[in-house]
Amino acid sequence: MLKQCEGSHAVASAVAMCRPEVICAYPISPQTHIVEGLGEMVKSGKLAPCEFINVESEFAAMSVAIGASAAGARSYTATASQGLLFMVEAVYNASGLGLPIVMTVANRAIGAPINIWNDHSDSMSQRDCGWIQLFAENNQEALDLHIQAFRLGEELSLPVMVCMDGFILTHAYERVDMPTQEQVDAYLPPFVPRQILDPAEPVSIGAMVGPEAFTEVRYLAHAKQMQALELIPQHAAEFQKIFGRDSGGLVRPYRCEDAETIVVALGSVLGTLKDTIDEMRDAGHKIGVLGIVSFRPFPLQAIREVLKDAKRVVVLEKSLAVGIGGIVSTDVRMALSGLHLHGYTVIAGLGGRAITKASLHKMLQQAMRDELEHVTFLDLDHNLVKRHLEREKQKRRSGPMAENILRDVGVVAARIA
Amino acid sequence: MPFQPVKFYQTGTFTVGNRLLAPEERTVQANMQRTNGLNSGHRACQGCGEALGARYAIDAAMRACNNQLVAANATGCLEVFSTPYPETSWQIPWIHSLFGNTAAVATGIAAALKVKGRREVRVVAQGGDGGTTDIGFGCLSGMFERNDDVLYICYDNEAYMNTGVQRSSATPPAARTATTMPVGVEPGNVFGQGKNVPQIAMAHNIPYVATATVADLHDLEYKVTKAMGMHGARYIHIFVPCPLGWGAASNDTIKLARLARETGLFAVYEAEHGEVTSVSKIRKRVPVEEYLKLQKRFVHLFGKTPATETIARIQAMADRNIRKFGLLEEEGV
Amino acid sequence: MLQIRIHGRGGQGVVTAAEMLSIAAFLQGKYSQAFPSFGSERTGAPVVSFCRISDREIRLREPIMEPDAIIIQDPTLLHQVDVFGGLKLAGHVLINTSHSFDKLGIADIISERRLERMCTLPANELAMKYVGRPMPNAVLLGGFAALTGIIKLEFVAAAVREKFSGKVAEGNIAAATAAYDLIQQKIREKVHA
Repeated sequence: MLKQCEGSHAVASAVAMCRPEVICAYPISPQTHIVEGLGEMVKSGKLAPCEFINVESEFAAMSVAIGASAAGARSYTATASQGLLFMVEAVYNASGLGLPIVMTVANRAIGAPINIWNDHSDSMSQRDCGWIQLFAENNQEALDLHIQAFRLGEELSLPVMVCMDGFILTHAYERVDMPTQEQVDAYLPPFVPRQILDPAEPVSIGAMVGPEAFTEVRYLAHAKQMQALELIPQHAAEFQKIFGRDSGGLVRPYRCEDAETIVVALGSVLGTLKDTIDEMRDAGHKIGVLGIVSFRPFPLQAIREVLKDAKRVVVLEKSLAVGIGGIVSTDVRMALSGLHLHGYTVIAGLGGRAITKASLHKMLQQAMRDELEHVTFLDLDHNLVKRHLEREKQKRRSGPMAENILRDVGVVAARIA
Repeated sequence: MPFQPVKFYQTGTFTVGNRLLAPEERTVQANMQRTNGLNSGHRACQGCGEALGARYAIDAAMRACNNQLVAANATGCLEVFSTPYPETSWQIPWIHSLFGNTAAVATGIAAALKVKGRREVRVVAQGGDGGTTDIGFGCLSGMFERNDDVLYICYDNEAYMNTGVQRSSATPPAARTATTMPVGVEPGNVFGQGKNVPQIAMAHNIPYVATATVADLHDLEYKVTKAMGMHGARYIHIFVPCPLGWGAASNDTIKLARLARETGLFAVYEAEHGEVTSVSKIRKRVPVEEYLKLQKRFVHLFGKTPATETIARIQAMADRNIRKFGLLEEEGV
Repeated sequence: MLQIRIHGRGGQGVVTAAEMLSIAAFLQGKYSQAFPSFGSERTGAPVVSFCRISDREIRLREPIMEPDAIIIQDPTLLHQVDVFGGLKLAGHVLINTSHSFDKLGIADIISERRLERMCTLPANELAMKYVGRPMPNAVLLGGFAALTGIIKLEFVAAAVREKFSGKVAEGNIAAATAAYDLIQQKIREKVHA
């Protein structure tokens, strides 16, 4: 059924249809609307049987999910930003134990400076945590990926993070095709755990493993993610059969055939990129965009397949690996090993800075002329940075960086974007 | 997994003595049919109070719930010495997740059991003092505040023993640890304000809070059994001497636990919904020196010139406990 | 694609206004997208929300910098925020006020634009009359339907019912209908003037 609703609402409805049994909630923007929606459904009895637990921290949220999942319950939580960082130890633990928890990450920047707006720094900081990471382009895909996440995670006994852009998607009202409970039930079988805390058959979970087996256990985690590379397209195909929608998969190429320039990106910016690429195609440029849905496992082969005939690749990413540049681009380079392509990293949209078509046009024109810096910061105000560096040269006690820059920027309340 | 039967030597002289009692008065430990939840063969040190306390507590809990028990365990000595896999000593379903999240993991297990309608299966969480009073404190308080159906057992040996005897918030003043060395003007641990977690648990008004020591098996089993008969958040704080960390003789574990109570340094009591309901009276009051002298962690107090002032401050702590909890039998009663 | 920007203050239902507008457009069979200017603003702070309406799927995620229409829920913003920023020359303007453009001090801005596309609406007064609270958002959408013809009043009413229920919904619909009539009348007067 078509519905015009908020992204968070769409996700909450989808998660509810997956019949989660334990949901833990701790507030952090911009994921709050999701768990609020679920909390209401549990409290009203619409989602039953389900335990909704208001925990005291994100660390506890993930820990409660660990306990619940180990005891055989389908478990879900959501977080963002500092919340994800606060639960990191438990995030690694969940994947290390092989517990198929599903978590929404409403992507948001990481401080300091504190910033509530969108970028991908939070999820990217956890790229090696052992969770599967799927990135949604729009609210329909966010909804669909949650349903696929439970199926995939439980089949592999691995946790899955569904990443959706905070505010840009979570708070956006747009059209979604809401599945029926029957469709979800047909797609997602009940959770049959591989390990369970049960007095009838006692097991120890989480024992210490020494050098004699640690490598093998870790390799297994990797092997499972490699299995996910096979399963994700299969699951997307089955999803399409039941729901009638092409959703999920490993990668999504758009107008990449015969493209000389291909932009690689994740998440909601793909929409703006597609509009931009359409305009550039209309102007006769051979350009396309490759969306990565599955960031972990990273589909090296599928990406190489799309990019191999291009002349240049522009990786546009909403995260910054300080001291080197791009995170996604480093992985994309892996996929291009041995190929001679011009590669550019464009850091964009940090802390909610709008990525506009106008800026993309300008940047891509430069890229097509191979005039782009190898690491480019989209719409960076170099003067602001220079002023502060100058200040640091002038005197030792130059003061707090962020506050200095804000003073230089001046009042922003009057600005629209 | 087949259960390992109890061997006679595991029951020990203390429990053997129990067999002289009427059957209904005997401890769980004295029973050859006890589950032996923490089996022999683990890697704890000789005289480990925590191993003893855990076995006492888990066996009593198992009997109380007809063996329908799941345990969550914090990182720490208990976790490490009991699970060098595949030689796990746990004969119950058991999970170790992290150091600081045990109470929350137990909450999750309890929630899963509830949602699956398995009300007969009960949940315990256990950790040392570091995992309880320090790093796991946030999760513990959250579990209390929500009144989740979990019995949390803290085995308090007053320092981070697993990592090599570093100070925790449960380490007593003046005690030597690897991070509070007996040097300088105030050797050993600082005289802080203390962090009395049983009292903090009581401040959450949870259904049941109790303290116990491994010196009084009957009392410990009674409290575990009582806690298991209740629902909601329950907390038992068990005093477990550590021969290694305290620099005490392995065969003094029980004696030290008894002295901790008899000096008044460790108050043994129980409380329901935030109110103390009973205290274990001191049978024969002893000065704190008798307790301190047995432990190398306090040896710097008893050098050529004894640290009388410091000892007096420790005695004052014991006296305050005695007053606060009414640990002495009233005169003429 | 039509792009609408709504300006107001925290607590005035600015975000809800864009959401209701998107629902109305959706019910009318269009694709639509509504999103707030994401901020940690508290009550009273300037707030912006956005709505796009199209016959095709909307993929664009940038904020609306060149709107086809603006709704200003609080006239005190006129000299504080660049509310007209990027507004297309032929764009629509609807301002919640009981004053005239002259009195608001924006006569010069208005004069270079198409007069029949500019309107003021005493939305607070209408809301007080029909709802009992000075909540101007739904009222303005009624006026917006009359001013622009982008959405039909019946779908505004349906959108209001999705967001509110009972007395509040019906009061808002009555106020939006009154606003619709008032704006229609104003436009007729302008065309004849």
